Amino acid sequence: MSALFILVIASILVAGGFLGAFLWSVRDGQYDDQLGASWRSIYDDEPLAGAKQ
Amino acid sequence: MGSPLVAEPRARKATPKPKPAASATCYHCGNACIGKPLLADDKPFCCDGCKLVYELLALNGLCNYYALQDHPGLRHIKPVRTNKFAFLDDPKIAGSLYSFTDGNHTAVTFYLPGVHCSSCMWLLEHLNRINPAITSSRLSFSTKEATIHFQRNEVSLRTIAELLTTIGYEPYISLDEQQVRAGSRVDRSRVYKLGVAGFCFGNIMMMSFPEYFGGAGIDPTHAWLFRALNLLLAIPIVFYCANEFFINAWTGFKTRMLHIDAPIALAILITFSRSIYELSTNTGPGYLDSMSGIVFFMLVGRVVQERTYRSVSFHRDYRSYFPIAVDVLTSGGVFSKSLHDLQVGDMVQLHHDEIIPADGMLIQGKAHIDYSFVSGESDPVTAEVGAPVYAGGRQTGGMIQVQLTKPVAGSYLTSLWNHHAFQKNKAATGERQSSIHVLSRYFTIVLFSLAGITAIYWGVKDPSRILNSVTAMLIVACPCALLLSATFTNASVLRLLSKHGLFVRDASVIETLGNADFIAFDKTGTLTDNRLQVSADKPVGVEDAALIAAAAQPSRHPYSIALYDAYRCASLPKVTAWQEHVGNGVEAMVAGQVVRIGHASFVGAAHASGDGGNANVFARIDDQIFAFSVRPSFRRGVGAMIERLHRRFGLCLLSGDNRNQEAAVRTLFGKEATIRFAQQPVDKLNYVQQLQAQGRRVIMIGDGLNDAGALQQSDAGITLAADVNNFTPACDAILDAAFLPQLPQLLRLSRVNGRIIRLAFAFSIIYNLIGLFFSVQGLLHPVIAAILMPSSTLTIVLISAGASVVAARMVGLRPAAGKT
Repeated sequence: MSALFILVIASILVAGGFLGAFLWSVRDGQYDDQLGASWRSIYDDEPLAGAKQ
Repeated sequence: MGSPLVAEPRARKATPKPKPAASATCYHCGNACIGKPLLADDKPFCCDGCKLVYELLALNGLCNYYALQDHPGLRHIKPVRTNKFAFLDDPKIAGSLYSFTDGNHTAVTFYLPGVHCSSCMWLLEHLNRINPAITSSRLSFSTKEATIHFQRNEVSLRTIAELLTTIGYEPYISLDEQQVRAGSRVDRSRVYKLGVAGFCFGNIMMMSFPEYFGGAGIDPTHAWLFRALNLLLAIPIVFYCANEFFINAWTGFKTRMLHIDAPIALAILITFSRSIYELSTNTGPGYLDSMSGIVFFMLVGRVVQERTYRSVSFHRDYRSYFPIAVDVLTSGGVFSKSLHDLQVGDMVQLHHDEIIPADGMLIQGKAHIDYSFVSGESDPVTAEVGAPVYAGGRQTGGMIQVQLTKPVAGSYLTSLWNHHAFQKNKAATGERQSSIHVLSRYFTIVLFSLAGITAIYWGVKDPSRILNSVTAMLIVACPCALLLSATFTNASVLRLLSKHGLFVRDASVIETLGNADFIAFDKTGTLTDNRLQVSADKPVGVEDAALIAAAAQPSRHPYSIALYDAYRCASLPKVTAWQEHVGNGVEAMVAGQVVRIGHASFVGAAHASGDGGNANVFARIDDQIFAFSVRPSFRRGVGAMIERLHRRFGLCLLSGDNRNQEAAVRTLFGKEATIRFAQQPVDKLNYVQQLQAQGRRVIMIGDGLNDAGALQQSDAGITLAADVNNFTPACDAILDAAFLPQLPQLLRLSRVNGRIIRLAFAFSIIYNLIGLFFSVQGLLHPVIAAILMPSSTLTIVLISAGASVVAARMVGLRPAAGKT
């Protein structure tokens, strides 16, 4: 019986953690620009083309 | 004829010396290089502008820009005069643009209409390589806004704006921008609510599982735990997630109106109190799962439906059309002055492409003022010194000086906004007439009478079961099915419409569009685009064409530009002398021949000759006279579109232009259609009002400020825009100009929208009837309730989404090629 108690509480806490993460990500503006993020991730830091210094 | 003055022709910017064409494409912008390309690092460039950008980027190791996309640059043919951004040196103006500053570290957000590809984003986020005083820059691609952090002590806002302009992303700074931006911020509270509702709903469903299976073999302590947790999880649903339903219902109640959310609020309230009662008396598990499900799905529907097009603004007025500051000439020199501070009597300097901020008098310079945005008149107006000029006009050509005779807020243009059509709140009136509201009202009435009958029936048979069966019935038959089918269908149709270029302000506009039976068009900028089309009265030989193009080339008058574009060739003959006679035309000595282009009287042509009097530009080469008709050309596909619309809609044309295109328009619209020319903005508005008085439901389609009144007065005002992010007058919907030929299909889809809602609703009624069948007898098993609710929601979502996609295909909507 007590095992179930702990498990249920734990599962709610874990789910609550994800809810918190979701709310934080919305507040952080991560869903504001859905196109940009996907492009930003593929940029290399070094120039690809033959650039002068 | 006087001998032409010897004058050095002004070189057209960005046009290289004519040489035999080499078909190289510019490394920067991808345009074909006319003539010999300019070279830098062995790469071809079409103009100095492009080369300059490349050299700047290469110097700073930013050539990745070219690696990410081929030819990512914008055609860089608009060099900006050096002190265009001088007004940013004014601390008051600059201060109003900062979103954050601590004296040194400063953040500013610029709207950059030029942003179009991933390379743009890469470059704009690496600005610190060009100027280290910029600490960071971040671009929001969907809104085309760059937020730039910089050290104010080391770099000025003006320098940043100029840097952005140099690399091809001129920031758009307007008087109203601050307010517009504040309004476009998305309200995230509903997303938070959705997250919380999803969390609570999912967990309540999980906790309810043991109950669904009869609770057999479950320890009573466990049952108690699950029920307690359910109640705990339901509290945020009722008091936080669902609060907008209660607020809407209550405000509706206060104004003695049955708001569409009222039945939902009632259902939530009844379900919640009954569940509390059952749980506290230990008589049952309650209906918390259904209740949280309803709230969750309703919120999903609303979030999807009201996902706004963030870069599109429907509420702009003339202020966002105006610049934030203009150059004012004082005894101490030229200063830039914020538009708010302009006073009557100020001497304003306006350069090419700048807008007259208030009515005034021309003091100096050659004014070619393009009023097309204000009046719909496509021919630029030439004003002499001393003549009045009006706010909203755009100067083309050289610099002019204007003395203001009226304040910014008192001009003719702004007076339109004081018309009563702008005072009414269109959104509120639109919502009241929605057929969903009517349907919902009937549904609620039927539901309450059923509940009454049930109560009477049980009152006679077994009074102890009244409360039980009546509440159960209200819970099951909650009208959320109707609301859900409406929100999901609207959301799906909104998405489809936006995919095909029509951005609708909100869902209620779809219904208005679907119900309309009359369409009023504007001409200039709507049916025609801004390119001028040249047609000659007789064939123009190759040599004559070259002479005309060469003579027209130095002039900035739109007609000259059109003639140059129409007749230019790879090797133009040399112009040895050139003079412009303002208001009359140009005179040039080209390859030893005198060429005059301009008015009939200036050229010496008999006006009636050629083209049935339709010609408006004449050219004379020695003794030979050519008559040209230079007109805005109709957009592609307009003819077929009008023909299709004719079958269903009454059509009319309200143009601010003169009658010179009447014949062409008449063939387009047919004999019976009303065609009105020389319409003032108020005339357009009044005509729309007149149509409405005859019981017509009118769609107005226009593009400029001259249509703003009619757009506002009409049942649904659609603004046509070449780029939906650019300035558009206040309206209900914005149509991407490339999709104009698909207008009949878009309107049909809007009409089908209502039918899909009713279809989805009919299906959900079946579920409701099954539920009612059990609940009326007081026999609703929690498992049945738990299965009915999500499955009916799922059916609604599938039907509305599926049917609208099928409908879009059936009406023949195809995404236009080349548009993303």
